Amino acid sequence: MKSYLAITDRELKSYFVSPIAYIVIALFILITGIFFYLIISNFVELSFRYTMQAQYYRMAPPKLNVNSMAIRPLLHNISLFALFWLPLLTMRLIAEEKKTGTIELIFTSPVRTVETVMAKFTASTTLFVVMLALTFLYMVSLFFFGNPELGPILSGYLGLLLIGMSYIAFGLFFSSVTDNQIIAAVATFAFILFFWAIGWMSGFVSPGLGSFLDKLSLINHFDDFAKGVIDLGNIVYYLSFTFFGIFLTYISLESKKWRL
Amino acid sequence: MIEVKNLTRYYGQKPAIQNVTFNVEKGEVLGFLGPNAAGKTTTMRILTCYMPATNGTAKVAGFDVFDQSMEVRRRIGYLPENPPLYPEMTVESYLKFVGKIKGVDSKDLKKRVETVMDLVNISNVHKTIIGKLSKGYRQRVGLAQALVHDPEVLILDEPTVGLDPKQIIDVRKLIKNLGGDHTIILSTHILPEVSQTCSRVVIINEGRVVAEDTPENLTRRLQGNEKIYVEVEGPDEVIEKELRSLDIVSSVVREKKTDGKVSFIVESIPNRDIRKDIAKTIVQKGWGLFEMRPVGMSLEEVFLRLTTKEEEVAFS
Repeated sequence: MKSYLAITDRELKSYFVSPIAYIVIALFILITGIFFYLIISNFVELSFRYTMQAQYYRMAPPKLNVNSMAIRPLLHNISLFALFWLPLLTMRLIAEEKKTGTIELIFTSPVRTVETVMAKFTASTTLFVVMLALTFLYMVSLFFFGNPELGPILSGYLGLLLIGMSYIAFGLFFSSVTDNQIIAAVATFAFILFFWAIGWMSGFVSPGLGSFLDKLSLINHFDDFAKGVIDLGNIVYYLSFTFFGIFLTYISLESKKWRL
Repeated sequence: MIEVKNLTRYYGQKPAIQNVTFNVEKGEVLGFLGPNAAGKTTTMRILTCYMPATNGTAKVAGFDVFDQSMEVRRRIGYLPENPPLYPEMTVESYLKFVGKIKGVDSKDLKKRVETVMDLVNISNVHKTIIGKLSKGYRQRVGLAQALVHDPEVLILDEPTVGLDPKQIIDVRKLIKNLGGDHTIILSTHILPEVSQTCSRVVIINEGRVVAEDTPENLTRRLQGNEKIYVEVEGPDEVIEKELRSLDIVSSVVREKKTDGKVSFIVESIPNRDIRKDIAKTIVQKGWGLFEMRPVGMSLEEVFLRLTTKEEEVAFS
């Protein structure tokens, strides 16, 4: 436990002593900010137009829902940005230690492999939480100008956290199988993108396999969260995906110590 | 303290070490000597539980490195060939981190870190970022890292690489002082280092232990048949013939001839002193004996002789 905390702490600090964390976070916020601005302006323009039309035809002004028309697409956007960003945060986790040889220090210290793996996972997840928390400020600003529902926003952020954890778990795994950070990032990106889009294949295969592929797809489970529905099945799906990534990381590191 | 028995490790089909066996007593400083790629690092990595052996066993402080690796790791301080440093950390925070993962009590941590920084002389840079340190400082931070939890056993892979001469002397002195309380294995290919710091030497070549002894014994044993250098004034052909005829002389090699003086390297059969007989012969014949001295074999030569293949020796 002590080693777990020590490694988590070191990992987090190493993000923040180099410019990596600041740049990654700043650009993430910037891009989400731009999309937030575009989506909200579009929504505002739309509501103006509909109100004008309603006045023209002497009808009651339409009730446009900011949650479903602006916030939901925005949450989907953030989940996609996370797909681009997180492999860049996870690529160094183990690959760098292999390259510089510090892995030798960790593996010859009385630290269990599971502590090392969990510490690294925790550090990246914490950084992701910081990123999400900062984008949450955009959502908060909406409450000053309108009255969006808080529930779907919160459930959406829970979904973002869960889907992000899935990305991070496999980012960690690909970082553990190579000492090259670029390879780790590209492999993570390709792998996640594949599982993201796997549901699109469902239309071209047999119905049984199709529904299986649909269930397997990373993004299909996100939509419920964005709509404001917290479904246990979806939570279990993301947690299993995460667990599987962490487990593979553990195996890939621990197998170095197996006697073959 | 350390028992290594028939240790073998394969990388694919290629053996890195084969049947390596040696023991290290408590408080001993063992020199681990060998050319590059001889298997020194592999052996050390197995001892520190970094990788498993394919075959054989190794015990550190009574614990098996494979079955009781956590116990072993608690007791070992390890300095790998490349010091395992995080370049973005300061020296002090790095050593504190290592202390924590090595299981140093949090209340002793600050004191331990200060102690080891004093020990290896890096207190002046405790707030410096490791990435900005020179090679010599980094090596010493690596050494501090191995010492921070006050381990019973120290395993040092080429600890003096990259240090300047004064630092080398300091580090050797430090290692020598640490011996006694600590059991130390250090690998090196710098031979004087072994004779200065180690009480025993294991020479390893192509994955096999080729010799194990004290530095002095090793030198003596390999000299075996003693060599004497003699410089004589007289007819060279006759002298050579006469020297050869002595029954305890195994070979005579003519070196050079200057101003009518000839020099020879005379080798005796094992464990016999031929100096008296040579002197007697030369004086009896009335030749002038100018110089006579034993040709010692330095540890370098011992090392070369042990690690170079037989035919290459014959060729040179």
